[in-house]
Amino acid sequence: MSRLVISGARPLGGDAVDIVIDGDKISEINPAGSTNVDGDRVLVADNLVALPGLVDLHTHLREPGREDAETVDSGTRAAALGGFTCVHAMANTEPVADTAGVVEQVWRLGKEAGWCEVRPVGAVTQGLNGVKMAELGAMASSAAHVRVFSDDGKCVDDAVMMRRALEYVKAFNGVIAQHAQEPRLTEGAQMNEGELSGILGLRGWPAVAEEAIIARDVLLAQHVGSRLHICHVSTAGSVELIRWAKSKGIDVTAEVTPHHLLLTDELATSYDPFFKVNPPLRAAADVEALRLALADGTIDAVATDHAPHPSEDKECEWAAAAFGMLGLETALSVVIDTMVRPGLLDWAGVADRMSTRPAQIGRVAGQGGSIEVGQPGNIIVIDPEVMWTVVPSELASRSRNTPYRERTLPGRVVHTVYAGTPTVVDGALAETKNNERSVTS
Amino acid sequence: MKKHLLSSADLSREDAILVLDTAAQLAQVADRPVKKLPTLRGRTVVNLFFEDSTRTRISFEAAAKRLSADVITFSAKGSSVSKGESLKDTALTLEAMGADAVIIRHGSSGAPHRLANAGWINGSVINAGDGLHEHPTQALLDAYTLRENLCGGVGDLAGKRVTIVGDVLHSRVARSNTLLLATLGAHVTLVAPPTLLPVGVENWPCEVSYDLDASLAQADAVMMLRVQLERMNDSYFPTAREYSRRYGLDHRRMESMSEHAIVMHPGPMNRGMEISADVADSKRSVIVSQVTNGVSVRMAVLYLLLGGNSPAQPAPHEGIEE
Repeated sequence: MSRLVISGARPLGGDAVDIVIDGDKISEINPAGSTNVDGDRVLVADNLVALPGLVDLHTHLREPGREDAETVDSGTRAAALGGFTCVHAMANTEPVADTAGVVEQVWRLGKEAGWCEVRPVGAVTQGLNGVKMAELGAMASSAAHVRVFSDDGKCVDDAVMMRRALEYVKAFNGVIAQHAQEPRLTEGAQMNEGELSGILGLRGWPAVAEEAIIARDVLLAQHVGSRLHICHVSTAGSVELIRWAKSKGIDVTAEVTPHHLLLTDELATSYDPFFKVNPPLRAAADVEALRLALADGTIDAVATDHAPHPSEDKECEWAAAAFGMLGLETALSVVIDTMVRPGLLDWAGVADRMSTRPAQIGRVAGQGGSIEVGQPGNIIVIDPEVMWTVVPSELASRSRNTPYRERTLPGRVVHTVYAGTPTVVDGALAETKNNERSVTS
Repeated sequence: MKKHLLSSADLSREDAILVLDTAAQLAQVADRPVKKLPTLRGRTVVNLFFEDSTRTRISFEAAAKRLSADVITFSAKGSSVSKGESLKDTALTLEAMGADAVIIRHGSSGAPHRLANAGWINGSVINAGDGLHEHPTQALLDAYTLRENLCGGVGDLAGKRVTIVGDVLHSRVARSNTLLLATLGAHVTLVAPPTLLPVGVENWPCEVSYDLDASLAQADAVMMLRVQLERMNDSYFPTAREYSRRYGLDHRRMESMSEHAIVMHPGPMNRGMEISADVADSKRSVIVSQVTNGVSVRMAVLYLLLGGNSPAQPAPHEGIEE
């Protein structure tokens, strides 16, 4: 079987090398141009940056139930184009991913699609109802090997339920990923509560509703000695709480979305629901705090919260619109724009926050490795300099609700290699038939 | 004037004075035996009401009819809107019918913005109240009423002190009035319990107070806002009686106002809650003339948005339909 050679790439922006992948593992790393590529498949990457394949902790693939918005296949195509070799599929599908049967279905659909590894997230409570714990152990032991559990979309707001869940998942090294939103403080909430919400007459989603839950949950995690992950951190106050918790040795990790690194609540003045998201876009000071926290590692990971919605759920008045925005195909560009270009993260930092740490948090073996001999062949090649304009109709996602419409962003994925097989070549999806691809389990 | 009237912030001082001056001219029509001008003949004005509001709808209807426009009223109840038709489809329908102006009342803040800016329709959009956001023609009629009573019906409201009392948090009237009255040079004071003030109100172009009594003596006008009783169940205040004691305008409080000061209310009133019956019916109360002025101001807005630059009153040769 022929090998795959990525020629002339610069791993983490370092010296140019040829990366040779044999099967699904990196077999050789040679000085650029020194590899005999006779009979090998070559992906030209002259002086482009190579990173380990990105890992998303927070993706809504919508299948089963809302295939009009996204499917596992369409969502993972978008993921591959965005440089992801692994995504965590959130549990708020219809039916909810709260049983071994549903998580295995999602996992199998991911395997069949073959564009990247799909790791299902299991619901914490049955039907996301917050009342009765789902069969977390069954999901953990299933073929899907669930390690991340979340009622995302809803907060596990009952303190006893949260405590029990944190304790219970210790048995299989799971983590509870909390959607931190105190429900009573956010009834009917539409946007960040601040001066703008008052002027626009949109019900406020106050920072304290996120921070109060984070404060409680880090203390719960400390009390029971469990692992806690905070989804989509959006406020400067949350950053302070997480920083404090880490300083006390509490086992908490956190993610931030690309949109919270770039966009602010000012965009709500258009009343355009493409900017409606949960948690809401916050103030510029929050954006600044989130960038600094991602830079210093207080926030561990970038996670897209890719949330596809059909157009009828966005082409309406603000209050009637669904929360959420696409993210997979623009995440890396936004990180380059907000973190790399201002000098807050170097390429090693990007690899850490978008690949290594999310893989660790999700306990995903075979992802998030370094670009070294013997490591899995999950590698992406990016051109960080190219500028591109986001055209919604050109996205691979089945939905069009990107907040970056008409916006010009830096950096594009040129090649994505997943488990030794190219899924994206020269910026386009590879033509390989899905089922011919080898897939790690 | 901008093409749409979505917020009081769309109006410059000059725009606002132009509307008020135009309204004053048009008000004379109401004194004629035949209350009609041919100005908007052949133009189609749609009243698109997703929320019940009989008084605002009738006021706009009267205004449009007095300008000879064809008026189509599209109420949510009993129409396809109540069967779940989207705002977009409703808008496309109106566009297909050739609406020159759409007057929209909607329960969601920003719905008029969407109608105006989403590319669904070409006509002018007039906000007749959206969610918790704004109600700019109410602010214009209030400004008109203030100017008539306090400034001899001319110019702006420079230096006049207006106290607005009540549920500012949920009031589109308070938002629109604060913006417009400040644009016209008035000093606005918002008075409410802290629970009924929005976050960030300290940055609005007004003063804020929790104490009604302290702000009455200075006021040239006191505007009472409707307080919905269900706010009580959401713990914005403990009981209707306590609210009324602390923030209601009764005879005793009215006595502490200066001689010339007027009492306003956008209606509908909760008599005995935010305003006592004797105050509502007193000679200081201009509540009924607010309604009258509403028609003139809405005529002016329709005229200025649709009629272009010709004079508001018919030229002698144009005549009046009789």
